[in-house]
Amino acid sequence: MEELANLFHGFAVALQPYNIMLMIIGITLGVIIGVLPGLGGANGVAILLPLTFSMPPTSAIIMLSCIYWGALFGGAITSILFNIPGEPWSVATTFDGYPMAQQGKPGEALTAAFTSSFVGALFAVIMITLVAPLVAGFALRFGPAEKFAVYFLAFCSFVGLSKEPPFKTIAAMMMGFALAAVGLDSITGQLRLTFGVTELLNGFDFLIAVIGLFGIGEILLTMEEGLAFRGGNATINLRVVLQTWRELPAYWMTSLRSCLIGCWMGVTPAGATPASFMSYGIAKRLARRGNNFGKGEIEGVIAPETAAHAAGTSALLPMLSLGVPGSPTAAVLLGGLLIWGLQPGPMLFVEQKEFVWGLIASMYLGNLAGLIVVLTCVPIFAAILRVPFGIIAPLILVLCAIGAYSVHNSTFDVMLMLVFGVLGYLLKKCNYPLAPLVLAIVLGDKAEEAFRQSLLGSHGSLGVFFSNGLVSTIMALGLVALFWSAIQEGYSRLRTSMA
Amino acid sequence: MKPFVLKAALAAVAALCASSTASRAAWEPVRPVEFIVPAGTGGGADQMARTIQGIVTKHNLMKQPLVVINKAGGAGGEGFLDVKTSSGNPHKIIITLSNLFTTPLATGIPFNWKDLTPVAMLALDEFVLWVNAEKPYNTVKDYVDAAKKAPSGSFKMGGTGSKQEDQIITVGIEKAIDAKFTYIPYKGGGEVAVQLVGNHVDSTVNNPIEAVAQWRGGKLRPLCVFDAQPMAYDEPIADGKAWKDIPTCKSQGLAMEYLMLRGIFMSPKATKDQIEYYVELFKKVRATPEWQDFMKSGAFNTTFLAGADYAKWVEAEEKRHEGLMKDAGFLASGNN
Repeated sequence: MEELANLFHGFAVALQPYNIMLMIIGITLGVIIGVLPGLGGANGVAILLPLTFSMPPTSAIIMLSCIYWGALFGGAITSILFNIPGEPWSVATTFDGYPMAQQGKPGEALTAAFTSSFVGALFAVIMITLVAPLVAGFALRFGPAEKFAVYFLAFCSFVGLSKEPPFKTIAAMMMGFALAAVGLDSITGQLRLTFGVTELLNGFDFLIAVIGLFGIGEILLTMEEGLAFRGGNATINLRVVLQTWRELPAYWMTSLRSCLIGCWMGVTPAGATPASFMSYGIAKRLARRGNNFGKGEIEGVIAPETAAHAAGTSALLPMLSLGVPGSPTAAVLLGGLLIWGLQPGPMLFVEQKEFVWGLIASMYLGNLAGLIVVLTCVPIFAAILRVPFGIIAPLILVLCAIGAYSVHNSTFDVMLMLVFGVLGYLLKKCNYPLAPLVLAIVLGDKAEEAFRQSLLGSHGSLGVFFSNGLVSTIMALGLVALFWSAIQEGYSRLRTSMA
Repeated sequence: MKPFVLKAALAAVAALCASSTASRAAWEPVRPVEFIVPAGTGGGADQMARTIQGIVTKHNLMKQPLVVINKAGGAGGEGFLDVKTSSGNPHKIIITLSNLFTTPLATGIPFNWKDLTPVAMLALDEFVLWVNAEKPYNTVKDYVDAAKKAPSGSFKMGGTGSKQEDQIITVGIEKAIDAKFTYIPYKGGGEVAVQLVGNHVDSTVNNPIEAVAQWRGGKLRPLCVFDAQPMAYDEPIADGKAWKDIPTCKSQGLAMEYLMLRGIFMSPKATKDQIEYYVELFKKVRATPEWQDFMKSGAFNTTFLAGADYAKWVEAEEKRHEGLMKDAGFLASGNN
């Protein structure tokens, strides 16, 4: 029970008035950063990092991690209201969140998203408090083969999700893989598919593709359909929060499953984005109303949000205990730790108790503060939909352009965003699903890298993906997910023939 | 015609301003200075740039803000080309690592360090040969014997990037001991160190700062440093051993030396005053206690060079990289 004593000491540190003030400032900044697409948590933390050098390390990390929580919360807002994911991990939130908003239920969707985020984070923090050393050791077992298996599982749990013909899904996914292949091949160090265009050295950034495909594409569609946002007549008061809360406990199973997926992906460290996709895919398979996913099902908001937040929080664990960041934002925080003279790694928990437990306590308090801040603002956010389209659309366009620009400070990216917007519009008109395309862009090069690293190590033998219990289990799960619908169909045929 | 006239007038005013600032005795930035990092967030160059930014802010060393921007695309090529095309813009500096040489040689992008203006060398980063502490290799000799005995290519070396410094050192070791490794490239140095802890690779050549935490945690063991003399830091780190106690690889019969540049360049066509301003700035940064702590935590070699000495050093180093990469077969097809 030494951990609990340490934790209470941590609460005492985090509850100092100065630290509480930093916490609230951090959350508010974070929400703003999360709302602006492109200006992700990693950029936000990086920009504000130098401000914290004059603070004590514990206060500094409390403020920065609160920016991180705020960004996680904020990413959901634009996804639900405008179909523009502010952060990569909120892409899956748009699938059901945006239809809910269009049906006049933006308040419900936002409340469900925020509450799920909180639940996911809380679950992950409790896990960090209780089993930190144990879980940290688990991450060490993940070599390239295991990492590839995780990505494989993420892809497989997503195939067959769309109601469109499988060939359209595969075509969209392949387009995503092709886009992900542009840029530097990290295994051979050669440039691929850049055709001497220096702007393409960096490849196609996931965020720019998403802002274009979803944000700009959606605006083009809305323009065609009559220049108005649907869902403008939403009821707007705080009672909607309580009403939604009454509904949420019914989905405890989805929440729990998403928490586990999120923690696992955060620790391994694959990150929040694959966690949210995988959780959404599995929830669709297993939920009773799974067929309604994509049409505005509240469970379709709960699953990705819970997993993303659980992953985002547990991603800090490998960073603290191993020095390996589980997410880009964690990587910037890691740089901060080094600058404050703290060496992340196995000794941090032993030598810097006050810092570590102050941080863990601030995870509890920061998330609670974040939940209160965003929930009280739900009516304000939902009211944005009442603003006439003619006013809000240009604002969104400007916001998207700033977002695309701020990813790499490059105007080329703004052009690219517009091209992706037109592409997104065309794909939607032809009923090609966008989700597999996005999934392939975000995970394609990582999966390729892990695959080729594994094969380098095994001298080209595919047996490496079944070489130990861990990797075999994940691969087998992936194969089951891939052929799930075929298995289901075979099973029901078998039953009818038996009867 | 009007917009054109306006543009021309603006350009004339801008040119006047530029010439008037340049003609002043001592130059100073008049707007925020962009500090380009040709690598991703969280890596060694990024950490150094952000530390400098923090020091500059804390000690008020500049009147204008210093803004760190990562341009990591194409193994840093994106950042180098950005500075190269900002000719005559003194508000842009770049921190470099070995990819200053390796990226253009390996990818054939149109860039050479002579396109930029050298400012100063801040430090040199050391490379250390690491193995997992569970392995029975206690000396370089144990390690070399094991690597030679293992079937060709079965010994795995993990490293950061492809055809960059880590792989160059690996090829150097292969030559020195006449053995064949399988080199597995990863994205970041911290990840490489953890892959070694998890026994997914057999050895690494991590920089001290990337692996020190695992050394202190008793997970990794340093065998030797790829420098001409041992590192200068005698404060004990783990098991009563200090950085100073790690022998040089050469003294252990592994003839390979490699140090990585951590230096500053600026846009082409900088004036003498502008270069002088940045040299003085970095001299002030180096004098702060924060910088010295940072050097200690990463066991850096603190050699400082500026002006002609620096340019000469870079030139010699470029020749060496050309030779090393040619021998290893890493040159892009157009560079042969």
